[in-house]
Amino acid sequence: MEQANMDHAEGHDLHLTPEQEYGISKLGMWLFLGTEIMLFGGLFAAYAIFRAKYPEMFLESHQELNREMGAVNTCILIFSSLTMAIGVTAIQRGKQMLAGIMILVTIICGLGFGVVKYFEYGAKFAHHIYPDTNIFFSLYFMMTGLHMLHVFIGLAVLGVIMVLTFKGKFNEKYSTPVEMGGLYWHLVDLVWIYLFPLLYLVG
Amino acid sequence: MSEHTHSQEKHITSYKTYFIVWVALMVLTFVTVYISYLDFGQLNIVIAMVVASIKAGAVALFFMHLKFEDSITWLFALFPIALLFLLIGMTILDTFTRIFPI
Repeated sequence: MEQANMDHAEGHDLHLTPEQEYGISKLGMWLFLGTEIMLFGGLFAAYAIFRAKYPEMFLESHQELNREMGAVNTCILIFSSLTMAIGVTAIQRGKQMLAGIMILVTIICGLGFGVVKYFEYGAKFAHHIYPDTNIFFSLYFMMTGLHMLHVFIGLAVLGVIMVLTFKGKFNEKYSTPVEMGGLYWHLVDLVWIYLFPLLYLVG
Repeated sequence: MSEHTHSQEKHITSYKTYFIVWVALMVLTFVTVYISYLDFGQLNIVIAMVVASIKAGAVALFFMHLKFEDSITWLFALFPIALLFLLIGMTILDTFTRIFPI
């Protein structure tokens, strides 16, 4: 398909050049990321209001959360963003093997994040803390749960992209899916950057 | 020839830049965790949000290449932020200015 587009040098053509396709994909991705921000935005608004209304409850409840585990997960996610970014640069330079390995490391980090979160949720349930315990924990489980869902979706997307990368489908001329997958993964990191201090650190 | 016709060559960020950003993010993470153990009263959440926003800015600018994007991408990135402030701001204004509080 790309080769066909290359041949259309002349005039007003309905086909798009690879550059145009890339630009459209990128804008579409940023638009989608905008809707994602709004999706979490509603929960952040709820957090702001209930924290202002019940500051003591938020302060008391947030101390139940494991700050160290939250910090470890923050480090894991930031590291996974680094490996993803390196993967994008690698494929843009045509290094398919390095890009594939970096995406694999990113996926492993994402799974590690899930494992830590699993133990965290388990510890909460063991202390009889559930989403209906109070409004803070409702928000805690809802926000981290929705974030976790995004991590899983990101892992699925990156899994497909990794396989295609190892199969040699992407190179320095065509790396759009790797870059878009990267943008999505960085957004997951971005949301966590705000969730971590709001839930674990200041309550 | 066709290599030179399109004006905006794709910018490729170096590995080194990513490592520097990553180190900065780790330092800021450490700082925000450390500060959370100190008591500054109401300032704690302000500091935490400022640090988080610096981190988010670094991720968006470098990891998400926003620094090297054109103005339309910037518009697409910043418009949701404006909407987000509108959403949170208006909801707070509404909730705390009701004559009959819920």
